[in-house]
Amino acid sequence: MPSRRTKSRTIRVNYLTRAEGEAALRIHLRDGALIELRLEIFEPPRFFEAFLRGRDSREAPDLTARICGICPVAYQMSTVHAFEGLYGLTIDPAVRELRRLYLCGEWIESHALHIHMLAAPDFLGCDSIITLADRNREAVERGLRIKKIGNAIVAALGGRSVHPVGACIGGFTRVPRRDQLADLREQLLRVRDDAVECVRWVSHFDLPAVTRDIEFVSLRHPDEYPMNEGRMASSKGIDASPDAFDDFFEEHQVPYSNALHCKVKGRGPYFLGPLARVNLNLDRMGPEVTSVARETGIPWPNSNPYTGIVARALEVLYAIDEAVRVLDAYQPPPAPAASFEVRSGVGRAITEAPRGSLYHAFETNERGLIHSARIVPPTSQNQARIEADLRALAPDFIQRSLAEATHMCEVAIRNYDPCISCSTHFLKLEIERH
Amino acid sequence: MKPRAAVFKFASCDGCQLQFLNAEDELLKLAGQVDFVYFPEARSRALEGPYDIAFVEGSITTPDDARRIIKVREESHYLATIGACATAGGIQALRNWADVEQYRRVTYPSPEFISTLSTSTPISEHVRVDCEVWGCPVDQHQLLAVVRSLLSKARPVLPAYSVCMDCKRRGNVCVVVARGAPCLGPVTRTGCGALCPAFNRGCYGCFGPADDQNMESFARLLASQGVTGDDAVRRLRGINGYVRPWRETADAIAADKK
Ligand code: SF4
Ligand code: SF4
Repeated sequence: MPSRRTKSRTIRVNYLTRAEGEAALRIHLRDGALIELRLEIFEPPRFFEAFLRGRDSREAPDLTARICGICPVAYQMSTVHAFEGLYGLTIDPAVRELRRLYLCGEWIESHALHIHMLAAPDFLGCDSIITLADRNREAVERGLRIKKIGNAIVAALGGRSVHPVGACIGGFTRVPRRDQLADLREQLLRVRDDAVECVRWVSHFDLPAVTRDIEFVSLRHPDEYPMNEGRMASSKGIDASPDAFDDFFEEHQVPYSNALHCKVKGRGPYFLGPLARVNLNLDRMGPEVTSVARETGIPWPNSNPYTGIVARALEVLYAIDEAVRVLDAYQPPPAPAASFEVRSGVGRAITEAPRGSLYHAFETNERGLIHSARIVPPTSQNQARIEADLRALAPDFIQRSLAEATHMCEVAIRNYDPCISCSTHFLKLEIERH
Repeated sequence: MKPRAAVFKFASCDGCQLQFLNAEDELLKLAGQVDFVYFPEARSRALEGPYDIAFVEGSITTPDDARRIIKVREESHYLATIGACATAGGIQALRNWADVEQYRRVTYPSPEFISTLSTSTPISEHVRVDCEVWGCPVDQHQLLAVVRSLLSKARPVLPAYSVCMDCKRRGNVCVVVARGAPCLGPVTRTGCGALCPAFNRGCYGCFGPADDQNMESFARLLASQGVTGDDAVRRLRGINGYVRPWRETADAIAADKK
């Protein structure tokens, strides 16, 4: 029992704002020691993995897209790649390139949203992009210009930026002619300087200087920056095919809360997303982006989660250059999509969603109906890592005001750009209790 | 005084409220006209009600949310649902035909910790709704048109005719005629500008039922394309599957089969 003189304090953030989805955080300190730290996700379950059972595999890309309005393209990409493996499809190189372009659009859009609307207000003492605009209209307008081109890319290939309709197993339902993309190229070139400026801007934010022991995980591809293909890689030596996901990662239940945590088997939490990708693939970003990265003065690779916002800005720049490269080389494929016969089997795929590796596994019957579905979104994989960061902050809380401590936690969580809607199976989470 | 607006989220993917933030060219102007005093996804300061306008995204799937929506209604002068989840129950309403216990077990190792209702229902099953904006996601132009109407104190009016009409107007080749593709266009409400047919594919009904639909003749059309039984049921039980005309038609087809 706590004695009368013990100083006990509970910090409660009832609604984590400027994050996609719903979460709350509860921290309990006693005599400066952390008694309890709890990140509660109260996003209501939508049961995607359950209702996908019995649905036709060909409907799946339209259904999994609905898991997340911020990164529907990544959901579509993991889904179609999983089924293409299952049905033994060979994808035309031009289609493959268009899919890179498609994902570039989503990275640009989602990253620009996070940097300007969700994260930057933290560092500049504003409550939203609107108040930020009063203070620094130029930066906000720059961010909106960048974001808009990302949306335009997705819309060019899928008709609209949220839940686009063009992707299907085998390719696209329609591919653009070369001349239809000319305007996109012009727009991209126009925002390139904006993207460089954005990297400089965020690298001058007052980013806390910390170093943590982190295992970074992302795809790695022999000759390109990872998007839709590659092997799983980590800063502690993982190098394996996405088919082996379950050999390396486990969704693990902690006894006190029954929450699902993802861990590297036998090791612990891991970190997904832009910082992981940059750390593991800097040599695939091309000389121009690499030199902008060096100019920030931040060492790459590094183990400071707060530099995630800079990694995100670097990926925006990379995605702009990559999109231009794809557009310059583009020749429409002979057919928009490869044809295929359905069959029974198992297909697995990982693609790099804006927030990190997104794993899908499907099992079908001989009619191509889904027998089982498994979806492991980046935010649930990052969750244990987020908690580890919060726990590391806890000793500082005692000298801080409630508002300051709350702010520190929010900033630390937002490093991961958590997308809680994606949490196909998040639970209420307790981190520590004595 | 600028009207005080709020954006509430229930079970959803966030895609509909994202349409506000996706209005890049209009965002700052919009912020000059409407004060989003409660918009947790975009603003960390949250102000108390009452609100002049509430935009509600998402469906009701938990006991807590069923209580929360009543409070939202009490605090809001005008309430608009945005998107298929809020207006029709959304894709997560597929649970309404299933055993939710089993759904819990499929998704969670410890299902007893999941608090959920056995159904996903639209906002209108819980409280009075003043305006419904359809779509998965809502169309940005429609959303901004609603805001503009409200600013000029007019009642928002959105078209409710079928995707088919827009498709013809747009000069698309009809995917039913040209490719024999099943298409929900004849019974789906306009709003997207007939996007799917323009992308060489059938509509899957993401804007919900049109006003002038004829489900009987539509079911016959599907059957003539060889889409019967489970196949037909699946097409109708999609993103807006829980809306009455589609639900009843799909239920009838499912019952027929048995
Ligand atoms: S209607 Fe569609 S886009 Fe809107 S919140 Fe629901 S799933 Fe997302
Ligand atoms: S054509 Fe149908 S499914 Fe496609 S976007 Fe329009 S309403 Fe939605």
